[in-house]
Amino acid sequence: MRPASISDRGMTGVADRPSVMARLRPDPWRIGALIVAALVAMPVFSIAWLALNPERNIWPHLANTVLPHMLQTTGLLLAGVGFGTAVLGVGTAWLVSLCRFPGRRIFEWALLAPFAMPAYLTAYTYVDFLEFAGPVQTGLRAMMGWARPADYWFPEIRSLGGAILVLSLTLYPYVYLSARTAFLQQSAGALEVSRTLGQGPWAVFFRVALPMARPAIVVGVILALMEALGDFGTVDYFAVRTLTAGIYDVWLGMGNAGGAAQIALALLGFVLLLITLERMARRDRRFHSMGGPMRATPLYDLSPLKAGAAIAACSLPLIFGFLIPAGILVQMALSRLSLSLNAAFFGYALNSLLLAAVAALFAVCIGLFLAYGARLSAGRGQKILTRIASVGYVIPGAVLALGVMIPFGAFDNALDAMLRSYFGISTGLLLSGTVVAVLFAYVVRFLALSFGALESGLTRITPAMDMASRSLGQGRGGTLWRVHLPLLRGPILTAVLLVFVDCMKELPATLILRPFNFDTLATHVYTFASLGRLEDSALAGLCIVFAGILPVIVLSRAITGRHARVSTD
Amino acid sequence: MSYIGRFKSEINSFRILKLFTFFIAALPVAGAAMAAEVNVYSYRQPALMQPLFDKFTAETGIEVNSLFAEKGLAERIKAEGVNSPADIILVTDIARLSEAVEAGITQPVDSKTLATAIPASLRDPANQWFALTRRARVIYASKERVKDGEVTTYEALAEPQWKGRICSRSGASDYNVALLAAQIAHHGEAEAAQWLKGLRANLARKPQGDDRAQIKAVAQGECDIALGNSYYMAVMLADPAQRPAAEAVNILFPNQQDVGAHVNISGMAMTKYAPNRDAAIKLMEFLSGKEAQQLYAEINNEYPVSPDVPWSALMQSWGKFKADALPLAEIARHRVRALEIVYETGFDQ
Repeated sequence: MRPASISDRGMTGVADRPSVMARLRPDPWRIGALIVAALVAMPVFSIAWLALNPERNIWPHLANTVLPHMLQTTGLLLAGVGFGTAVLGVGTAWLVSLCRFPGRRIFEWALLAPFAMPAYLTAYTYVDFLEFAGPVQTGLRAMMGWARPADYWFPEIRSLGGAILVLSLTLYPYVYLSARTAFLQQSAGALEVSRTLGQGPWAVFFRVALPMARPAIVVGVILALMEALGDFGTVDYFAVRTLTAGIYDVWLGMGNAGGAAQIALALLGFVLLLITLERMARRDRRFHSMGGPMRATPLYDLSPLKAGAAIAACSLPLIFGFLIPAGILVQMALSRLSLSLNAAFFGYALNSLLLAAVAALFAVCIGLFLAYGARLSAGRGQKILTRIASVGYVIPGAVLALGVMIPFGAFDNALDAMLRSYFGISTGLLLSGTVVAVLFAYVVRFLALSFGALESGLTRITPAMDMASRSLGQGRGGTLWRVHLPLLRGPILTAVLLVFVDCMKELPATLILRPFNFDTLATHVYTFASLGRLEDSALAGLCIVFAGILPVIVLSRAITGRHARVSTD
Repeated sequence: MSYIGRFKSEINSFRILKLFTFFIAALPVAGAAMAAEVNVYSYRQPALMQPLFDKFTAETGIEVNSLFAEKGLAERIKAEGVNSPADIILVTDIARLSEAVEAGITQPVDSKTLATAIPASLRDPANQWFALTRRARVIYASKERVKDGEVTTYEALAEPQWKGRICSRSGASDYNVALLAAQIAHHGEAEAAQWLKGLRANLARKPQGDDRAQIKAVAQGECDIALGNSYYMAVMLADPAQRPAAEAVNILFPNQQDVGAHVNISGMAMTKYAPNRDAAIKLMEFLSGKEAQQLYAEINNEYPVSPDVPWSALMQSWGKFKADALPLAEIARHRVRALEIVYETGFDQ
């Protein structure tokens, strides 16, 4: 059976089908989108350029030694994290969106809390807590009289399993957010129809809601996978040798940035392949919601037993993804109040907040522009360029920083040389080494988040809306402003939230690109952690967490607030 | 039409050009008006360097701007090209120094002060780089379970009696790669690879964590010996929470009867296009000076490069040791091959 509200392939798309003459006319949307996509894709091309000029060819040696193992580890990590985030994210999103049980309102936003925890902090706290020399095992040994590792069995936390567990716990909010936005936007009609046709809650979930939410869920899972792929700090704590670990070995150990860029491009190709495969699987099916959420879907009332199970299911990721690691951090912070909250510290916090806010604004505007541009009239070239521009997320931050500094340095030096020769004036470096470079890196890195959220949001809006609006005399800009923007409120807020919080946590690119004497909360934490004393920066770490949680709560309220308002209509 | 015409006549292109050049010209002027300064790109943590910079500023009035990152700074200098603001690059490892020289981002510094303060073996023959501190890669052994004299060389770590008793951080980590490079220099590739295989066979667990984590594991009984840099002992002793772990292990300087313990350096180099050359030389000379050397050596418990500077009390308590006299350039030369051998033996898998 086909889900009721998935329109058939007979439905025409939004893309204009202009005559040959009209296609030759310059189209501001198309040209604008092309320029923006090219700008954002620039770092990826710089990395490709780096990859073409390696210090030496590493592949034969890698292929003969560690590459098979790294590929296998990376594949297993992706499979594990993909499964973990999908189950946690979709399950909890369904429960809080469509079931009524005590605490649902709190879980709605609290389930996002693990997202505010930088994965590297969660990883550190768990490794520190559960390793052989950590308090748990030390306590067990003291209690049971064991001494050596051979005396007892304890799961090895520094393992692939440990990494999958922690990454799933910190990354599931991507899936949760996009799935919940999708569930909330689903037309109540479709779900009600299937209920009146005699489908139970499970059948409604698996046969109607899940297929309809598929684009959004896939976006969430792919984002989680991209972050897992691009992450180095977390997997490094777990001694898991992924391709990204290989990038850093080749770069730092062999002094071969070109070789590192090659592996980074391989990662990128891997993700493009994933996305393409998913698109092919979806093929001509479209996922527009015909009605839109005119009123909220009635919630399922759960029996006390089922409500208890729902509470347990929602509590688990919250406890293990947030409460335990945050608790360990609090305990560390209390045991060492060596960090003084001085004026400089508030300066770091201000830097973090401002950078994150501005980057979120840019990323959402550009993401919207590109997503709408693609909906309108994307040629093949632009589609590819847009795709490249929006996968920067998978490139490890430090490598992306290389991709940013190369074109910026080239531009600055070219401008300087030109002005010197014509006017005798030196401009020096205008963009390199300024916050502009940092902001640009944030936008490139996190455009995937905003583009993904907005693109999947747009997919859910039926082209009939565009056609109606256009036939009523609105231009493409007017349609975007008057029709799409109001309908996209949820996805836009989601995009702002994702980019903002991720910018707050961003570390490697910030470290390399920032100006002199400039720190954010994340770099401040890092300078302590790099001395091997994370305990001393636990307080600053908590500040990142709480600075991230506030907008999470506010935006989450805003997303559901709309839903609640609609339901009272 | 007339509106556009008026608009055109009012803003002629010349005016725009003038405005633009003024705006552009104003930018660097604002920078040049500031007091004397020197810009440092540092792979070393700010907590270790800032006290030295503060002292330098207090003495000379020259401001020090610093930027810390663990990687990518050499690439940034390269990308910034002739206009790079960086004057000095500070590094934690000989390989990083020789890479910077090879990348062509440094320039030689001819300074009598530097030449007298730093022994010839600890600076580049062409004066492209200068060492600031030395650290030894030592063996940490359990006081309880390893008898005196039971392990005295790096080579012995590959012997079967240590099966299941050794902890190690990743073989691909800078410090382990440098040690393996020294092994290659002394014994040749084949023997070094054999040694690493033997060491791997003796590991108690998959390589993980940093040097400190290895010391903790020895103290907790997960293994009996580990390799680590000398200063970690001092860092852990200074930390109340980590002190018991540090007190449970002995620090052993290997190969005292033959080539000596493997030593690596932290160092500095001047960038090719240093805009504040004079101030930069002053800072470099200051860092090689007796006062700064003593302070640096105390902050991080590393060995000063200057033979005239006394060691910290703790380091004196570890006793004098024989350091491997292998030229640092030799270690840097074998580095890539060393990492390849780490891969070939599957050390981290």
